[in-house]
Amino acid sequence: MVTIAQQQKKTLAPLSDDLALLDTGLDSLCIAILVAGLDDELGLDPLSAPGERRFPVTVGDFIRLYEDAAT
Amino acid sequence: MPQPRRQSLRDLIAQRGISARRFIADVHTSLPLATLDAVGRLRGGAAPMQGRSVLIRTRRQLPAALAAIALDGVARRILLCPPDVTDGQLQPIMQYGEVDAVVTESDICTDEAEACAGRMQGIEHLGMPETALDTEWVLFTSGTSGIPKLVVHSLTSLTTPLGDGLGDDRDVWATFYDIRRYGGLQILLRALIGRGSMILSHGDEPVASFLSRLGTAGVTHVSGTPSHWRRALMSGAVGRIRPVYVRLSGEMVDQGILDRLHQTYPNAMIAHAFASSEAGVAFAVSDRLAGFPASILCAPPPAAQIRIEQGTLRIRSGCTATRYLGMPDRAIADGSGFVDTGDIVELSGGRYHFVGRREGVLNIGGLKVHPEEVEAVINQHSNVLMSCVYGCPNPITGVLVTADVVLHRLLGEKSHDFAITKSEIISACRDALVPYKVPVRVNVVSDISVLPSGKVARRHA
Repeated sequence: MVTIAQQQKKTLAPLSDDLALLDTGLDSLCIAILVAGLDDELGLDPLSAPGERRFPVTVGDFIRLYEDAAT
Repeated sequence: MPQPRRQSLRDLIAQRGISARRFIADVHTSLPLATLDAVGRLRGGAAPMQGRSVLIRTRRQLPAALAAIALDGVARRILLCPPDVTDGQLQPIMQYGEVDAVVTESDICTDEAEACAGRMQGIEHLGMPETALDTEWVLFTSGTSGIPKLVVHSLTSLTTPLGDGLGDDRDVWATFYDIRRYGGLQILLRALIGRGSMILSHGDEPVASFLSRLGTAGVTHVSGTPSHWRRALMSGAVGRIRPVYVRLSGEMVDQGILDRLHQTYPNAMIAHAFASSEAGVAFAVSDRLAGFPASILCAPPPAAQIRIEQGTLRIRSGCTATRYLGMPDRAIADGSGFVDTGDIVELSGGRYHFVGRREGVLNIGGLKVHPEEVEAVINQHSNVLMSCVYGCPNPITGVLVTADVVLHRLLGEKSHDFAITKSEIISACRDALVPYKVPVRVNVVSDISVLPSGKVARRHA
């Protein structure tokens, strides 16, 4: 997230599990790039997974989604 | 006032003078134009074809060229069928084209000895009309799916762009295009009517072999799409030809390819033409700069009339096709005779630049990206020979911009640091483009697929 924020010239808010993704300072393009990067590195794209209906609201939701996908 | 007698293509060729130097050649044979006698090469003779709608469907280009030369003025309509048209596509094409005769490979004699024997009999010329018919020339647009659109031209609309005083009998033309497509047919007609010779490309012939063949035959004028030329540069065989004239058309021309071709052929005139099957040839620019000067919009007739409306290029000229076959509700031109090319242009510094195709636009979370404008930036990188930008599915924005790039082979893959190149490409895109247009992924690939039309095979197609 820090790298993407720097690349996209965004100011990142202090990150915490409760912080809403929309308040991180990352816009939807940044989050899209993050999702693509995680897919490349981890081979995981839970947001595109069939049957997955959860959409992460907070940073914690986002992390849990990937943790669940990895197990 | 009586209309002047319609001249056939054979008349036009003969008028220009047929010196012993001139020829038409493919990978198998070379035929002198002086003794060509295209009509004499119709094994069944001209009579059965008179007034008919004839589908010319051959594997090789040379028989197709000979048939077209023979049948102009004889047939009511000729349909030049490109080699990639499938049997399944043929049925509606035959129906729309009201085809009542088909010419195939076996109907055309490309053997010189047999043609000579045929000429002794002369029966092939029986049934030739006293006055040339105004034959319709039907070209197939390079559709990527479904049935190709059938575009109707006349010999006049096809030859209007050629003008007068085109070169001499030392000019040897060649094109990477198939001559059954608009871009290729233009070059064939330029060669035939412009006093030159013509070398045809051949199906799966490797680019390096084609360039060798052209070099041996002393080619002077060569045309192709930017993708064709990039493949030529990738082949490592571009040094086998020394053209005085290099022409690009059929796709957006970026500064990178113009610079590379100038570097490769410093003494050649490098021209890029705007043309499409429907609009015909609109203009050619030879100042080695991408885009075209805005002053072209003010050029008086007979130059093509150009307008920019709703961001797209519109053209009206004597080269425009008249209609589509089988699509009575779909007009080629608007009420004022202008053809909407669908090519989006932007004015910058007194010059219009192509930024993409209206139907090829990527939608990044509601923001539009033309693949071609990103490719134009990527192609400026000195290590990039060719690129293809497309949308990669993404659950947040729908798609994200992704680029495949082919790197310059001369660098050597082992010695080259792909990571640095990728980083430089992305950095260049960040400098030149707004963030959502910057590729998120850059993949190094060994080749980029090119359609039979010579254009990059785009994934949205």
